[in-house]
Amino acid sequence: MTTRQIELEVMRYDPEQDEAPRFQHYSVPCQNDWAILDALNYVKENIDTTLSYRWSCHMMVCGSCGMMVNGEPSLTCKTFIRDLPDRVRVEPLANFPIERDLVVVLDDVMEKLQRAQPYVIRKDAPPAATDEYQQSPSVLKKFKQYTMCINCMACYAACPQYALDKEFIGPAVLALAHRYNLDSRDQGREQRLDILADHDGVWNCSFVGACSEVCPKHVDPAAAIQQMKLEGSIEWLKRKLHPGGRS
Amino acid sequence: MSRRPYVRPVARATWYMRQPRYRIYMLREVNCILVAFYCALMLAALAALASGQPGRWNEFLSGQQHTAWMVFHAFSLVYFFVFQTMAWFQLAPKAMPLQVGETLVPAAAIVAAHYLAWIVLTLIVFWLTGVF
Repeated sequence: MTTRQIELEVMRYDPEQDEAPRFQHYSVPCQNDWAILDALNYVKENIDTTLSYRWSCHMMVCGSCGMMVNGEPSLTCKTFIRDLPDRVRVEPLANFPIERDLVVVLDDVMEKLQRAQPYVIRKDAPPAATDEYQQSPSVLKKFKQYTMCINCMACYAACPQYALDKEFIGPAVLALAHRYNLDSRDQGREQRLDILADHDGVWNCSFVGACSEVCPKHVDPAAAIQQMKLEGSIEWLKRKLHPGGRS
Repeated sequence: MSRRPYVRPVARATWYMRQPRYRIYMLREVNCILVAFYCALMLAALAALASGQPGRWNEFLSGQQHTAWMVFHAFSLVYFFVFQTMAWFQLAPKAMPLQVGETLVPAAAIVAAHYLAWIVLTLIVFWLTGVF
């Protein structure tokens, strides 16, 4: 297996000692099939045990190893050394406070996730124990791509709107809300309307589209948000034309 | 151990210079200045027309035929085509996905339909205005 010497510039921040983040350089002998996460693991095991970062599955499922690689929000387990130059800069996900080194604080998104109620809400009683929710493959097709989100938050790191205005609900949460709104088993659309149709919801998105470009799971949050804008506009028009009528 | 999360500063005035995709977005959005300008130009045209004096209207028209104006209009036409028409046609399948049964209509087909409609409407406008 061929190896290549890579210069890793890693952002470090120790809340107990540093006033601001700084960069630390590590020279890492990387194997050709390594991802950035492997290089970080090499540093942790062989060079500097104090380096902090999140990771779990190493197979694009857990969504915890999201970081900025050469300025691009990336899952470090699927960003391969062979596709990168000899000098690689690794930073914590942009637009989030830094807890320590490459670990960010995700409290804001977690709180927004709860507000969007991303789960099946029923008004009617659920089917009897022996019965099942029925859903056709064509309905599943409408929202399946949004179920692929692994909450890695790369879309938030790419979104300039979220960078400038932290009140914005943001791409992944809006895409998840849309996913449940499109689900035929769900009856919680009205409950989610307050958060989605608000200025801080879909209307705060100016359609830069960066969220969809960086998503490692090929989810398209920008599409979800534009679809919700369209639906919201049609609903608003219906209410204006027929006040008190069913929307 | 105490928590002291560090919030990185955001360059509020120059954020769009950071990434090519942000710069393209700003090139698309800056069209609002041109739109405002064309609104003002239309108001000027209406004022000339509403004055009831053929002299003023003809003066406005001949003014628009000045080379500088022609260059400006040609630039605007190309700019609107590249950064507005093409961009929004490209984005249409995202906002209005079409699904037939379990199959999503390919995005390219939706975009092509927009171009086709645009060409047909342009030809109708040409025909109505006596271009041919």
